[in-house]
Amino acid sequence: MGKRTVIPFGPQHPVLPEPIHLDLAIEDERVVEAIPSLGFVHRGLELLVEKMDFQEMVFVAERICGICSFMHGLGCSLGIEEIMGIEVPERARYLRTIWSELSRIHSHLLWLGLAADAAGFESLFTHSWRVREKILDIAEETTGGRVIFGACKVGGTRRDIDGETLVRVLGRMKDIEADYRSIAAVFRDDYSMRHRFSGVGVMSREEARELGAVGPTARGSGIARDTRELGYAAYGGLDFEPVIEDAGDCYARCMVRVREVHQSFDLIRQAAAKIPGGPVEVKVKGFPEGEYFSRLEQPRGEVIYYIRGNGTKFLDRFRVRTPTFANIGPMVKMLAGCELADVPVIVLSIDPCISCAER
Amino acid sequence: MLLLPIVKMTKTVMKSLLGGSACKMYPLRPPTFFGGTRGPVEIDPSKCVLCGLCAKKCPAGAIAVDREGKTWEIDRLKCIVCSLCADICPKKCLVLRNDYTPPVTGETKDVFRIEPVSKEGHQDQGKSKG
Amino acid sequence: MIEKQETISITIGELLEKVCRLAGEGYRLVQIGCTRLDSFQVDYTFDKDYRFLNLRVLVPADKAVIPSITGVYWCAFTYENEIHDLFGIEVKNLNIDYAGNFYRIAVEAPFNVSRPGDEEKE
Repeated sequence: MGKRTVIPFGPQHPVLPEPIHLDLAIEDERVVEAIPSLGFVHRGLELLVEKMDFQEMVFVAERICGICSFMHGLGCSLGIEEIMGIEVPERARYLRTIWSELSRIHSHLLWLGLAADAAGFESLFTHSWRVREKILDIAEETTGGRVIFGACKVGGTRRDIDGETLVRVLGRMKDIEADYRSIAAVFRDDYSMRHRFSGVGVMSREEARELGAVGPTARGSGIARDTRELGYAAYGGLDFEPVIEDAGDCYARCMVRVREVHQSFDLIRQAAAKIPGGPVEVKVKGFPEGEYFSRLEQPRGEVIYYIRGNGTKFLDRFRVRTPTFANIGPMVKMLAGCELADVPVIVLSIDPCISCAER
Repeated sequence: MLLLPIVKMTKTVMKSLLGGSACKMYPLRPPTFFGGTRGPVEIDPSKCVLCGLCAKKCPAGAIAVDREGKTWEIDRLKCIVCSLCADICPKKCLVLRNDYTPPVTGETKDVFRIEPVSKEGHQDQGKSKG
Repeated sequence: MIEKQETISITIGELLEKVCRLAGEGYRLVQIGCTRLDSFQVDYTFDKDYRFLNLRVLVPADKAVIPSITGVYWCAFTYENEIHDLFGIEVKNLNIDYAGNFYRIAVEAPFNVSRPGDEEKE
């Protein structure tokens, strides 16, 4: 029976992109219990509904997080459009899908770089981010901003991608995909990556279901759930299956994200082939009155927005429950019983986006 | 059996030696921007009519329009380059430049003097940065 | 309409029983959210195979106490601590109770601001 020590993990740690604090109770290098502590980047963004009218809230929503920013703006717009009964034009829905998938690719590439860094494989980290730069260049060319796109608004999108730019972007994407394939092969086959991630942080399918895990954290444990199947934006017309792995350890979650990038490239190609012509926005008249829960699939999982309007230009409530917030419970359960040296890998494997979790 | 890794390694080494840097080599090479890149807001003072719509629409409150003093001022550090002002301007006098906002060490507000078109048909132009 | 969303209003007394029944049927807890209107409106959202179900409980603003569902759903402690920290609602029998220190905020219950129309309604 060893002596119990409490080791603080975070808020500053090389593996964490954003600050979270964990108190790890350990006995002889084995973690017995982990207690999370949030609140370092809590900005209280939900209270801004008192000052910003409903169209400006889309800008606030986009700035909740830098990595998943487009989909926050999309979720806010979708919620308000459902409340007001606005029908978004077909072309805008396909454009939103293309930008969402670009957002997913760049977020997963960021995570893959961080995962390689957690394993100590720094050249793979820089290669992943090198490929990510090319995706950000595509985003800048089509929307004007590298990370904060500013492209979504209530009633459609603020910009259009003309046919010529789209063809050019697709041509470049083919080269990017070939480049990405060589990196993905390293994640899949390299001995040191496998050794670092396999068997670590195992979560069985029953546990994942009970704890309410979302996103790749759940799909890596065999739960076939992807909120894109609800059919928002243009996903109803595209053909895809949720990417699942069965092992439930960090390697499985890594593989889910690697394969999802391939799936996103394919989805962008499908959407670009089917995109119709037409306008990209409709005029918004009146104020929202009513409530709606809008659900989306962010790179980290299912995000849900509760938007309530009362007929004035200020919303009553704008509540965001981000996927990282839902994955904190599973993370705490995974940490119990693991070795101390595996803690950074487990914390990273749920893809913690704490600024989203705390808004 | 041993030949395959040696061949692959040689290919990688040759590519790294002769292929050039994967970085953008800024500031040795000038940065590349795209046509749609959103940068600092520029105003054409001859077209502005001081309607104040840009100041009302700005979500960050970075623009201030003074009708009596005839100035249009923008706080560079509050601006989030969302281009709502440029979209809403009825006279299309606001345009976003295609590069990034440069860092500042002192004054962050840029003030422009607006002289509206006078009734005789000729217009005076004046611009001062304060 | 992207999906049909069902909202059922229940009382605080019925909450635990309904939650137990949903857990038995295999529903997953999606979120617990709170809105400050005249009273607190607490939404318990569940999902099973993309079927969306929302239980709505109205809690009076002055003596706000709700029972915790962490006995049924272990991971609900994050949501309930957040509600306690931001709105000041007391939650009984939490499994991991941060006693107000979940979020490091300077002001107590910052989201518990009464809306501008509240005084007329009362």
